[in-house]
Amino acid sequence: MNGRSRLELVCPAGTPAALRTAITAGADTVYCGYRDETNARNFPGLNFSRVEMEASIAHAHDRETKVFVAINTFPRPGDAKPWHDAIDDSVKFGADALILADLGLLAYATDRYPHVRRHLSVQAAAANPDSIAFYVRHFGVRRIVLPRVLTIQEIASINKEIECETEAFVFGSLCVMAEGRCSLSSYVTGKSPNLNGVCSPASHAIYRQEGSEMASALGPFTIQRVGLDVSAPYPTVCKGYFTAATYEGHVFEDPASLDASALIPQLATAGVTGLKIEGRQRSRAYVDAVVHKLRRIVDDYAAGLEIQAGCLSQLSEGQNTTHGAYRKTWR
Amino acid sequence: MKIDARVAALPTWIGFPVRALPLPIINLAFGRLVASIKCRHPELLERLGTHASARFLIDPTDLPLQFLIQPDRDNPVQAYHPSFRCDWDARVSGPLGALIAMVNGELDGDALFFSREVTIEGSTEAILALRNAIDAAEVELASEAIALCGPLKPLAEETAHFLLPILRRWSGVDLARQRVQTA
Repeated sequence: MNGRSRLELVCPAGTPAALRTAITAGADTVYCGYRDETNARNFPGLNFSRVEMEASIAHAHDRETKVFVAINTFPRPGDAKPWHDAIDDSVKFGADALILADLGLLAYATDRYPHVRRHLSVQAAAANPDSIAFYVRHFGVRRIVLPRVLTIQEIASINKEIECETEAFVFGSLCVMAEGRCSLSSYVTGKSPNLNGVCSPASHAIYRQEGSEMASALGPFTIQRVGLDVSAPYPTVCKGYFTAATYEGHVFEDPASLDASALIPQLATAGVTGLKIEGRQRSRAYVDAVVHKLRRIVDDYAAGLEIQAGCLSQLSEGQNTTHGAYRKTWR
Repeated sequence: MKIDARVAALPTWIGFPVRALPLPIINLAFGRLVASIKCRHPELLERLGTHASARFLIDPTDLPLQFLIQPDRDNPVQAYHPSFRCDWDARVSGPLGALIAMVNGELDGDALFFSREVTIEGSTEAILALRNAIDAAEVELASEAIALCGPLKPLAEETAHFLLPILRRWSGVDLARQRVQTA
């Protein structure tokens, strides 16, 4: 025995087909959501009907794979029924955990289904031991999905002080804001990731050729202009190219995806239980490639072998990757 | 960030015989293909929702053909030569290999977009719905085309065995899953 823990690989699925792909590629756990605004990936043509969710959970359980259901947006005042129904149905279908962010939904699930695991979504932005302890004490939360604003040292420090598991993002689109509290998309489009389940909604994303450049816009705002031989980014405000006073460039963050695969040993040492892959809005091809790659790395690490990280830049936004806040060079 | 592309365009000479094909024949063949896919994968239209009535212009940039697809129509496909200007709601263009590999689930649509191998214009929402619906349905074009051939299926499979490796050599990507190539 080398004393290394085998981290749980928590993989995305936007469709039943992606769920099956993730399981075949080696997922320990798949997370997914319903085809409505109860989850933070409410994209057109994506997500699960009730029938698909029930069948997919059964399919996963037959293959000893867990399914976590994300119900991680915040209900509208006076209209919590879709969120309550999502919790009720997920429990009925045998979900292994509910991923929640809203205090009211956590209370609802705790009161009615105390036996069902509750995980705190990254949308709750719980980023310190006191905050996490609150969720554990009052709602019996068993796992926290850590916000992508923490260094590995901070994660290690948190894990020493809390009484629940932690799950850290290892690959995928990188949200650089305090998640669950960002209003940039809402300001520009009137639709928010927190309430409507979609950041920079496709209904407002526009790509157009302007001479030799491709302009990408979100609503009335041009977010990027790139030349013919430059990789294309999504038009998200936080990764836009702007002029601010005398500065011209990516004011907040470069268009890049998180790739922390090289940091898996450090994340394990920091006490993380689960490694989360972002990308429920991506295709089966993405799920297959990323899960395969990370399955290999996690298994090699657990076996005491040298890990071969990286090599996923083609699947990354702007074909560019970053360690994000795990190595917070920008602080 | 400089792009890292993977899919090659078909040789330019392919355009000459393709251009000589009569459009009514192409419309008939591709119309039957899309109609068959709709029939075999009814969840496709359900996932498309209101976007099933959108006009998608599919533009393989290495062929002298474009396809206007309206998924909820009885005659869902209309082929045009690129010089013809038609109205569309959403346009997807790129090398044929990239478009087929995306439909087949062999390459990721976002990655093809990042690398500029596939470009999109018009309703991003409709394109996203189409991409997600096709991906969810696990459509594979070679299998769908073979399934259309009825009693000629063995001949179609033989043709696929012959053609697919050639297309793979030209485009640099697998245009059918392994089970079709070895069927």
